[in-house]
Amino acid sequence: MGKPLLQLRDITKRFPGVVANDRVSLELYPGEVLALLGENGAGKSTLVSILYGLYRPDEGEILVEGSPVRIASPVDALRYGIGLVPQHPVLVDRHTVAENLALGLGSALFPSRRILPLIERIAGAYGLQVDPKAYVHQLSPGEKQRVEIVRALLRGAKALILDEPTSVLTPQEAQALFRVMRELRAAGKSIIFISHKLEEVLSIADRCVVLRRGRVVGNLPREEASKTRLAELMVGRQVSFERRRQTPDPGPVLLKVEGLTARSERGLLALRGVGFELRSGEVLGIAGIAGNGQSELVEVLAGLRLPQGGRVLLEGKPLPSDPARLFALGVAHIPEDRIRMGSVPSMSVAENLALRNFDQPPLARGVLLDPKAMSAQAEERVRAYAIATPSVHTPARLLSGGNLQKVILARELSTKARLILAVHPTYGLDIGAAEQVHEALLQQTRLGAAVVLVSEDLEELLSLSDRIGVMHRGELLGPYGAMEVSREQIGLLMTGGAA
Amino acid sequence: MEEVLNALARALSFGTPLLIACLGALLNERAGVVNLGVEGMMALGALASFAVAYGEAGDGNLWLAVLAAILAGGLSALLHGFVTITLQANQFVSGLALSMVGLGIAGLLGKRYEGLPLFDHPSEEPFILGAMGLALLLAFLFGATRLGLSLRSVGENPAAADLLGINVLALRYGAVVAGGALAGLAGAYLSLVYRPSWTDGMTAGLGWIAVALVIFVGWNPLRAIFGAVFFGLLYYLQFRLQGQSGIPSEVFASLPYLLVILVLALSGLRGQQGNAPEALGKPYRRGER
Repeated sequence: MGKPLLQLRDITKRFPGVVANDRVSLELYPGEVLALLGENGAGKSTLVSILYGLYRPDEGEILVEGSPVRIASPVDALRYGIGLVPQHPVLVDRHTVAENLALGLGSALFPSRRILPLIERIAGAYGLQVDPKAYVHQLSPGEKQRVEIVRALLRGAKALILDEPTSVLTPQEAQALFRVMRELRAAGKSIIFISHKLEEVLSIADRCVVLRRGRVVGNLPREEASKTRLAELMVGRQVSFERRRQTPDPGPVLLKVEGLTARSERGLLALRGVGFELRSGEVLGIAGIAGNGQSELVEVLAGLRLPQGGRVLLEGKPLPSDPARLFALGVAHIPEDRIRMGSVPSMSVAENLALRNFDQPPLARGVLLDPKAMSAQAEERVRAYAIATPSVHTPARLLSGGNLQKVILARELSTKARLILAVHPTYGLDIGAAEQVHEALLQQTRLGAAVVLVSEDLEELLSLSDRIGVMHRGELLGPYGAMEVSREQIGLLMTGGAA
Repeated sequence: MEEVLNALARALSFGTPLLIACLGALLNERAGVVNLGVEGMMALGALASFAVAYGEAGDGNLWLAVLAAILAGGLSALLHGFVTITLQANQFVSGLALSMVGLGIAGLLGKRYEGLPLFDHPSEEPFILGAMGLALLLAFLFGATRLGLSLRSVGENPAAADLLGINVLALRYGAVVAGGALAGLAGAYLSLVYRPSWTDGMTAGLGWIAVALVIFVGWNPLRAIFGAVFFGLLYYLQFRLQGQSGIPSEVFASLPYLLVILVLALSGLRGQQGNAPEALGKPYRRGER
């Protein structure tokens, strides 16, 4: 293995009230892919921020090729050969790829033209296809990610940190990324790969380091790692990967959608004749690459978008297009953007929990609100859903993603839900929190509710759904029985191939 | 024919201070800082240049006079920069304050110069050509240089630029001061060339139109040439009508402001707002990445 490229020795970082990294030590060798695993809040992001010069460690030292270094800024990090490919690309959307790559680097005159040969050389060497003349806002998430990788390499990175790179990719795009990673490894570059998707880690990593509560709890070579072992280390207890769901006896048809068409925000036809039936107690999974009509479908069902044509019948009656009336009928909506749509971040947990019923007794008394009743309701729901919050009066924005999602679930599932529209309900949540969200949804199906589950996480879809449909260019392919389709078939359908 | 040519010549003449001030505002807006203080900086520039040009008895140095306008505009913009970039106050409020304070100070200090003549004054051609050259220069700066790329990036996504080691604050300061200097220069054109004299309120809303023009031309320096000439023409027509009709002068006095609304309405129709730099008007705080 030779000498390590990068060494962390006893890195400790404290924030008020928590130790984010507690004497973390690890080595990264040339030409190796090191997977860094851990749940949300385990300290991965803090560690990455320290390596990239965004935070200073309180204790411990960093060595690059054997000599101690002080990384005070991202520019320092790049100087020492450490490049970061962030989870959410940090690019200038309205500039071209070449302009973005030339920023702060190119020659004084015509920087974005003179950098072209360099881009081509790097793109060619590692199989990173990028179009230097394309504008960044036209690129797919996978393409933006390649731009970030090229940028790090242009600046001479020897060690690349990939922060949850596959969270925005389709399975096919993820495979392409892994090919690039293998090329880089073969060329002697080192990679720190951050993920909580265990299959991926096992397929690409040479070594796995697991963090829990800021500490390294495992450092094992690929041969010794397995899905259950890694999950156990991450969560600190045994985790089951069994399919969560036994398909129930189908109940009566609850929701019937026929020939539904709708336009997107930009006026384009986003739904082209979508039809399906959903029975009580059933979970219908909807897969698809973002922007193929999933959002519009859910918006129509949630009364947020008027359809152009077609029919939506809930228990045989046309669906009103008014979210408040829909909620009264038992339609719960867990929107895809839990911060912007699902909650009011500056308002308290209690107020957020009351958004659906603040205008009814006992919370409302005439035109006045009863703050005591509101707090009491909040206390009860916080207990029932095990929401971790300092108090019910804490602003919702201070909650972690998982706890905020539980607030939304607690609110939306508070009255007897008949139809639950859940969009990316576990996006960005760790295994523990995701399990709780899944359990809450499944609990409702046992009580007779039907769920439309839109997700980009195929594992989630396969483990929860009874049937899975794929949205592609506004059409719903399928739905197929969840036991009859494979991950790969769904992936192909998502990109327009045949099953 | 002669009438048309004459109108065009006057439009260029009217349009030049608009163009210079508009390019200044465009420069700092491309770096992400709005400065609504153009009207005030123009007034300060106009007074400073007139005061220096007048000297003791109407025989000051014209070069120094132009320099004084640039300094007056640049220094007042520096104040705006300090308040909005370093202290991260609201750019719109600070700019409005700068406009009012600039107009007020210029009016107060300018009392002793009211009605004084200037015997020697520069011709307008160098200013007209210089303003157009400046537009070309800015287009080249934005499109073809590393400095321009950095400036634009700072206006679009300062966090991305900062990550790559670009000094966001320094670039923003530079753009704001240069923008103010150009507003001052536009003022100098008014009091040295266009109407070689000083009167309180002589900027007459030109600064506001310049700010609105930036939006109208979609933050594009080359289009600013045409925008400025177009509005110069409207301005000229307004003066022509003023002499020939029985409409009260108050109506004409309010025209500049109606023009601003017209500019913004036209920009809205053309969908220009979408061209605004992404980070325009937002202070940059490190750590919010």
